[in-house]
Amino acid sequence: MNIVVCTKQVPDSAATLKVDEQSNVSWGDAALVINPWDEYAIEEAIRLKEKFSGKVTVLTVGPEQSKEALKQAVAMGCDEAFLISDAAFEGSDALATTHILAQAIKQLGEVDLVAFGKQAIDGDTGLVPAGVARRLGWPLLSYVAKIDELDPGSKAIKVTRLLEQGRQSVGSRLPAVISVVKEINEPRYPSFMNIRKASKLQISVMDAAAIGAEASKVGKANAAAQWIKVFSLPARAGTCEMVTGDSPQAIAASLADKLLAEKVI
Amino acid sequence: MAHNILVWIETFKGKAVLVSYECLGEAKKLADGGTVTAAVFGENAAAIASEAITFGADQAIVCEDATLADYRAEPTIALLAKAAVDLKPDVIMAGASTRGRDVSSGLAVDLEAGAIADCIAIEAQGDQLVATRPVFAGKLLSHVVVKTAPMIITTRSRAFPMPEATAGKTGEVTTVAPVLSEDQITTKSIGFAVEGEGEVSLNDARIIVSGGRGVGGPEGFAPIVDLARTLSAAVGASRAAVDAGWIPYAHQVGQTGRTVAPDLYIANGISGAIQHQAGMRTAKVVVAINKDAEAPIFKLARYGVVGDLFQIVPALNEEFKKRLGK
Repeated sequence: MNIVVCTKQVPDSAATLKVDEQSNVSWGDAALVINPWDEYAIEEAIRLKEKFSGKVTVLTVGPEQSKEALKQAVAMGCDEAFLISDAAFEGSDALATTHILAQAIKQLGEVDLVAFGKQAIDGDTGLVPAGVARRLGWPLLSYVAKIDELDPGSKAIKVTRLLEQGRQSVGSRLPAVISVVKEINEPRYPSFMNIRKASKLQISVMDAAAIGAEASKVGKANAAAQWIKVFSLPARAGTCEMVTGDSPQAIAASLADKLLAEKVI
Repeated sequence: MAHNILVWIETFKGKAVLVSYECLGEAKKLADGGTVTAAVFGENAAAIASEAITFGADQAIVCEDATLADYRAEPTIALLAKAAVDLKPDVIMAGASTRGRDVSSGLAVDLEAGAIADCIAIEAQGDQLVATRPVFAGKLLSHVVVKTAPMIITTRSRAFPMPEATAGKTGEVTTVAPVLSEDQITTKSIGFAVEGEGEVSLNDARIIVSGGRGVGGPEGFAPIVDLARTLSAAVGASRAAVDAGWIPYAHQVGQTGRTVAPDLYIANGISGAIQHQAGMRTAKVVVAINKDAEAPIFKLARYGVVGDLFQIVPALNEEFKKRLGK
């Protein structure tokens, strides 16, 4: 099977973020890591490769430093990595990113499956997997909690999707685009062998020309959705009032008074 | 400025999902004299369309074709894209559910239109609509605008109030033909296992009672579930409790779980790591019950109790049973 995983490099989820008056976001000395959701997509892709043989190619769109995220993916067991990078891509929105990724995927020959994490923890839009599927004209299987069946021969897949009301069982043909949720697996730690492989790997860069990106569809100037301001949350009003009492019952009674007065019950 | 707005009313098993009506209420406000059209597809669409009109839509388009019986992204997107061409709305809106995100993104590609996901506020500034949405897992907020027409917006659950229904209000309901036939649709819906039936869902919950590492084990959730039942609340959990296998992932609140916005969030034995806070910090009132007086959750809480949750939570349950007459 030829599997492609799309990843994004993001600030670590434990990072404390700061934003200045010009909407520049910084995260101090916190590490840049693979988007945590994408680790589940990488793990699932590697498991499929181990079962059916083939190869896993990992992609990311971003600046030079995003190569570190690709190396992390290779250290987990991905075989090939491409950085999709061009000055023209800077400031692209989710819609533009779907164009860039779809164009890049078209350069990779016959692909059976494209896997995403359900969303990136920086932009948090969750729009990209569905948009890439739409651009490629492939079935979208989003929020996948389990791949129930996969037959590379007859090019069929059946999955369980985790939605608000429960679990939907859905089948489609391959190639398809999946996005995965945390429940699907437990991502592995990089092996020593793969860490060595990743450290030696020369990561190829594909630019706008190499993927045939349309200039009018990418970059800040063409972003249909534009972030005009990023700012901190308003501080929560007031401080925490400690509820005390002589017994659990007294504390409960006092707390119940306060919550009923707040009209939240 | 007046806006013509198309709102996709998401349905499940023949009923509209709540976030769709919250979205519709906000659409009515933003329309400012423009026309709000509800788009309802699938089982029971005509009846839901009439209901949507009472909740604020001026008119509706419906399709009850068999291809739309169980929601699938492709036929839904195709129909909405056609409606966008026919009706030329300035704005297309939907709830920011799993389905709403897929539909909005597919539409964005078909229409080459900008999409803003998961908005918690939308404000008209002159001719422009400025949306506020959380970014970086809710640690920061952003203002986003779209420069294409139409613009596509999805709204977060419980970020906008449920509109009041106007009994007896009517409007034109137009039946539209499906755009795709069954053999043009690449996915097949095989079945649906409803989970948590009869339980309050985290997304719609006004009150959430949540447990973390401090509950100590699966049986430790019993007093939390009891209190939740008394308060008609949903049961939440921190990542620590889910990773330990004490409660299913569907209950996880936080950066790698669900983002919730209840009126009341009672955190029991949850220290309040930054990743957990990301999922619940927009709760109106937070109550923290924790043994550790230094736990970060107290910084977010309106009310705190330093003590043993296994004593406090059952006492609180008894107290509320009395007060609420249960």
